[in-house]
Parts: sequence; structure tokens; C-alpha cells
Amino acid sequence: MEITLSQAVFLFLAAVIVVCSILTVTTKRILRSATYLLFVLFATAGIYFQLNYSFLGAVQLTVYAGGIIVLYVFSIFLTRSDSGIKEKIKNSKVLAGLVASVVGAAICIFITMTHPFPASHVIGDEVNQKVIGTALMGTEKYQYLLPFEVISVLLLACIIGGILIARKR
Amino acid sequence: MFDFKVVTDWIDELLRSWLPASLVNITECVLIGICLLVAYALFALALIYAERKVCAAFQCRLGPNRVGPFGTVQVVCDMIKMLIKEIIEIKHVDRYLFNLAPYIVIISSLLAFSCIPFAKGLEILDFNVGIFFLIAASSIGIVGILLAGWASNNKFSLIGAMRSGAQMISYELSIGLSILTIVVLSGSMQLSTIVESQADGWFIFKGHIPAFVAFVVYLIAGTAETNRGPFDLPEAESELTAGYHTEYSGMHFGFFYVAEFVNMFIVAAVATTLFWGGWMPLHIPGWESFNAIMDYIPSLIWFLAKSAVMVFIIMWFKWTFPRLRIDQLLRLEWKYLLPINLCNLLLMVVVVAFDLHF
Repeated sequence: MEITLSQAVFLFLAAVIVVCSILTVTTKRILRSATYLLFVLFATAGIYFQLNYSFLGAVQLTVYAGGIIVLYVFSIFLTRSDSGIKEKIKNSKVLAGLVASVVGAAICIFITMTHPFPASHVIGDEVNQKVIGTALMGTEKYQYLLPFEVISVLLLACIIGGILIARKR
Repeated sequence: MFDFKVVTDWIDELLRSWLPASLVNITECVLIGICLLVAYALFALALIYAERKVCAAFQCRLGPNRVGPFGTVQVVCDMIKMLIKEIIEIKHVDRYLFNLAPYIVIISSLLAFSCIPFAKGLEILDFNVGIFFLIAASSIGIVGILLAGWASNNKFSLIGAMRSGAQMISYELSIGLSILTIVVLSGSMQLSTIVESQADGWFIFKGHIPAFVAFVVYLIAGTAETNRGPFDLPEAESELTAGYHTEYSGMHFGFFYVAEFVNMFIVAAVATTLFWGGWMPLHIPGWESFNAIMDYIPSLIWFLAKSAVMVFIIMWFKWTFPRLRIDQLLRLEWKYLLPINLCNLLLMVVVVAFDLHF
């Protein structure tokens, strides 16, 4: 079987995603877990770049790798939660976790097996920046002004809530 | 004007005549990677030498002057010294994260470095979101610094890393907004297009007031982003020994050191590209013969000369101003730079919408 270069790159990225995802949840140290999650996000960004959608890749890098992970690391620093690591997990919790993961895996596998996967419509060139911009800011069908604004209101509520909690009064 | 595309195309054809098509791709990737790493190292050496000489000049000293002519070989010797130093294993640290952190920092710096258009036809990564990718890549470096501070298991390192994280996250906003101001003016995020559209006048002249304000804000925020003086409190040596890289030795320390210097160059290069025309020569509309003479100077020299001026200004900052306190630093960003930047962005939108630029 001949493997093309892009297939090899995809296989590599997929392997990184799978291995690092497993390590994220199995590692005992919380900061290592955040680091493995960072690698998962890098590899996902890599897949976006491979799909020639560099805008989404850059967003992935700047929002998740540069933003969310830094936020995680900061909150780990501030809470020092490494001390509670030797806590025994109860049997009932283990059972519940197992059931949840088996059901989740079953649903995912079922959907992947039954989905027809039509031949993908490949856009040869990079997606133009103007197209993305008008899609985000437009009010017509398949344009996303309303979700965009709803999310910004949600974020504003989060910021106000954060300030309220931090004021300590 | 000499186009470096001629050279790259010639190499490409040469390889294609020797090798099968699939190998050509791999060979070219490896070649580009090697060139990039060599350029990265050379820039770091040149910048370290320049920093020492500039610092000496500001302090009325001579700086390195014994090894080689004007002390130029001194930095090469220092590099060799750094390379053969032992990397000390430290007890009671998370060794995996401790060893990983410098690589994250250097990779993020290298990714950002590879986006810069050095000369006509000499650019490696040229996405249509080029400048955005550059910011995204450089924002990864924060994670490396935070991990380094945490993994060192040393409270000074941790304080340094926390300061650095707070500082870089804050100042990234200013950098992003001032870059956005120029993106509004140019109408593109692709670095090659941004440079091309400055052929009839650099953006600092075309965008007059808002572009100039954006440039000043960018330079301040960029200096803070690279953790350089007067914003170098993450590694304030008088209070934190050396901040997040206190525990590092040998080449692992070298990575932090080199990345800091090249990040300074990246900030300068982005300032050059966005505001001062990148590799574009100075063109004045109407002065045909003047423009023709300017075109004779190679584009690489234009780019390097402009970047050198920017680097000099950043160094000038460091050796002139005293260090800020952390609260002063955050107040400068959130109370002054950010509102100025937002108003400036609005002003730029008005200027572009009513066609008030040149």
C-alpha cells in the first residue's frame, strides 16, 4: 500500500492526538495533564493547517494553546491542587466513570460507522479572509451574527461575575 | 529590484532534475529547515553582540573588544562555551516538564521567526492570515515560561513565571489591537500583500496619525512582550535572581536566552513590516529618479537596516528607563494603552471609511 506524504502527516497527527489524549486523563500530575492537553490542541491545529484552513488553525493556536491552557496553568498555580492527589477514588465513582465512557464510546463508534461520509468537496485554495469575515458578521442564512453576539453577552456575564467574586465584599 | 524567487526557483529546478518528485518535497523542507535554524542562530549571535556593544556605549564602556576585531568573535566563543556546559539535573523537580519548557519557548519563537518576509521573494510561511499566525505562534511561548517557572520547584522562579504570564497576556491585547489597526488600513493579513501595498508609501506615512499612535503603542507593548527592560521584572535580577530561568543551566538556559533576543528581533521585524514598509524601498510619489535610485539598494538590506533601527530603539529603552513595578506595569497596559488603542482603532476605521489616508 502506497502512503502519500499527506496521509503520513495525518497519521502522525492522529497518533499524537490519541496518545496525548489518553495521557491527559491517565497522568497523576495535574500540570502534566495540562501539557498533554496542549499537545492535543497543537495536533488539532496541525490538522486544520493540513486542510489548508490556516485561519482556524491560527485561531486554535491563539485561543486554545495561548489562552485556555495558560488560564488552566494559572488556575493550577493559584490553587496548588497537587496536594490532594493521593485521594482514593470511590468504587462507585469508578463504576460510573466506566459506564459513562463505554456509553460515550458506543455512541461515537455507532455514528462513525453509520455515517455515509460523502466524497468531500475539496477547496483547493485557502479560504478567503473576506468570506470568513462576512460569514461571521452577516445576518443571512448560514451567517453567524446572532450566535456571535450571544456568545459575547455570555462572556460579558462571565467577566462581571468574575469581578463580583474577586471583590470579596 | 532583485527577486529572491529566481534563486529559490533555480534550486527547485535543480532538485527536480536530480530527484523524483516525492523526494524533492522532503529535501526542500529539510533545506528550508536548516536555513531557518542557521539564520536563527546567526541573528541571535548578531543581536547578542549588538546588545553588549549598545549597552556598553550607554554606560560609557567599550564592551567586548579583545577577541577578534572589535570583539566580534567573543559571542561565538560564548556560544561554544554555552554548548559544552553541563546540563545540571535538579532533584525534586518534575523532570519531564522541566526539560520540555525551553523547547516550547524556542519552537514558538522559531515559528514566529519563519513568518517574517525578509526580502522580495524571501519568505517561508506566507499564509493569508500571516500576521495572525505570527501572533498565535508567539503566544505559545507563555506556556513554556509558565511551565519553566513551575517545574523549577523554586519560589523565585514561580513568581517570575507568574509575573511573566500576567505581563504577556496583558500586553498581547495591545499588540493585537495595534496590529489590527494596520490590518484595517491594508485590508489584508497576508504579510507579502501588506508589504506590496506599501510600494507607494509606507503605512506610517499613509495612515498618518492613527498609524503613528499604533506604532508607538506597538513598540511599547512589543518591548513588554519580550520581557525586556524596562519591563523585565519577570527576571528582575535584584529581587528574583533570574526569574523563571534561575534553575536552568547549559543549553537549556541558552534556549531561553537566545529566544529572548530573537523575539526582540521579531518584534522589530514586525514593526518594520507593518509600519515602515518591510523590504520596500523609500518611494516618494512623483520623484521618479529618486525612486529609481532607491530601487538599486537590495531589498534585504532595506529590511535589515530598518529592523536594526527598531532593535536599537528597543535596546535604547532598556538601558535608559528604570524598571517598572508590577502594578505600574499592569496599570500602564489596562488604564492607558488599551483605551488609547481602542480609540485609535476607531479613528483608523473612520480614516479608512472616509478615505482620509494618503
